[in-house]
Amino acid sequence: MARFAKLKTLDSKQLGRLKVTAFAAATLPFLLLALRGWNSWRGQPFNLGANPIEFITRDLGESTLIFLMVTLAVTPLRRLAGWQWLIKLRRMLGLFAFFYASLHFVTYIWLDQFFDLQDIVKDVIKRPFITVGFLAFLCLLPLALTSTNAMVKRLGGKRWQALHRLVYGIAMLGVVHYWWLVKRDIREPLLYAGILALLLGMRIYWTVQKRKQATGASASAIAQRM
Amino acid sequence: MIIRPPTDILPSEITDQPLYSKRREFLQFSAATGLATLAGGILAPREAHALSKLSVAKKAMATADDPLTPLRDVTSYNNFYEFGTDKGDPAAYAATLKTRPWTVTVEGEVKRPKVYDIDELLKLAPLEERIYRLRCVEGWSMVIPWIGYSLSELIKRVEPTGKAKFVEFTTLQAPDQMPGQKSAVLNWPYVEGLRLDEAMHPLALLGVGLYGEVLPNQNGAPVRIVVPWKYGFKSAKSIVKIRFVEKEPLTAWNRAAPSEYGFYSNVNPDVDHPRWSQAKERRIGEFGKRKTLPFNGYADQVAQLYSGMDLKKSF
Repeated sequence: MARFAKLKTLDSKQLGRLKVTAFAAATLPFLLLALRGWNSWRGQPFNLGANPIEFITRDLGESTLIFLMVTLAVTPLRRLAGWQWLIKLRRMLGLFAFFYASLHFVTYIWLDQFFDLQDIVKDVIKRPFITVGFLAFLCLLPLALTSTNAMVKRLGGKRWQALHRLVYGIAMLGVVHYWWLVKRDIREPLLYAGILALLLGMRIYWTVQKRKQATGASASAIAQRM
Repeated sequence: MIIRPPTDILPSEITDQPLYSKRREFLQFSAATGLATLAGGILAPREAHALSKLSVAKKAMATADDPLTPLRDVTSYNNFYEFGTDKGDPAAYAATLKTRPWTVTVEGEVKRPKVYDIDELLKLAPLEERIYRLRCVEGWSMVIPWIGYSLSELIKRVEPTGKAKFVEFTTLQAPDQMPGQKSAVLNWPYVEGLRLDEAMHPLALLGVGLYGEVLPNQNGAPVRIVVPWKYGFKSAKSIVKIRFVEKEPLTAWNRAAPSEYGFYSNVNPDVDHPRWSQAKERRIGEFGKRKTLPFNGYADQVAQLYSGMDLKKSF
């Protein structure tokens, strides 16, 4: 804790190093998947298994969920541990969630369905688990597009923030997408649901507390005036 | 009823040659170095078994012209929730399954109920090789050279009574050997069932081996059912009980999610799983998807079993 406490304020050099480390860590799931692919190709262990396309799709989907959760953990961690520097990583983490979601989406369109547009449209409309997954991906697009500083300025902080609250809904859709896909063993989707409930629950708690304080403060202000 | 003429494939030709010879080498090596008893049990339990190589009386009855799924995939990509819900779990954890001693109790509406010892069951009828397509309800498929004989061989011997309308198969329940049974993903033991006429159909197989050897544990050792025109979960693995009953048995997946898994569960591209389409399938080892065939391509042989039935209702 003591070492991290020092990190509460970082100089630009430390921040640079932190960002490089985080970037490297965030590409790791992709690199491991690529390694598995290569091993499948040359018939070595640690590969994609008997059903490579399913493996790739599942793996990328799970990475997406993990990065959504990690991104949503930034605010609670800043608040609970006081790691203010985490905010400097949030955009990158969010964009990695988008990166994995895009690869997941492309895998479905390309490897799984092989651009069979008719089948894809049917799937999206008819299959609730694909519908929610597709919807979640669509909602991620505007967030990724407005992630630059210029876009934050253009939209204005308040509007930008309001738009980016979509991420709560996206994470929920993501968990539902996984839940509805699973045949029977819901333990893993349940784990994600639990983590998400915790991350969102803390926000709700804090918002309620803040409102209470605000009304308390205004009540005491009124009392003082009287 | 159309059964295509048998081809001239021998089981030894079917087994992946490199893998097959590697196993032989291992056995020779371990025998030579006196490690057989020590390592045989740990490293290669099925090779150590006296019956590892099955003598097959009849050559392959090929009901699938497509290339065989490699043995490696057949034995590493399995749905056998008794060992865990991940496809790799059965291969990883099924070594704890003890396949000897093993008995199969045949009871219920039969004139000659009997407890069969597995070794007696293996000799009950001449073993045949049957190359069948396997279609999983999840949308993937394989082509597997099974060893076994028609389930009807056994059924005839126990003489079902007039009351017997269905056959119920029960898988072993032993959480100490089947770690997946420690969690309640399904109601254990696993129960599956067929209508008596389905079970009597010559294609319905009592499987004891694949690729010329005894069943690997992860594929349902030592004895299982193989019903090639139905989704894979209908073919109960590692069975210990066969019961003849009057009423349709409550089967494991049907019980778990009745709207998703019907009692019949015939492969049917026109009846979707509520959450995904069944029109296509991915053959393991292939890149693109192929169209799923009614009754998994066995319509010529089995469709008459369901004449007059609405297969969209009785899915």
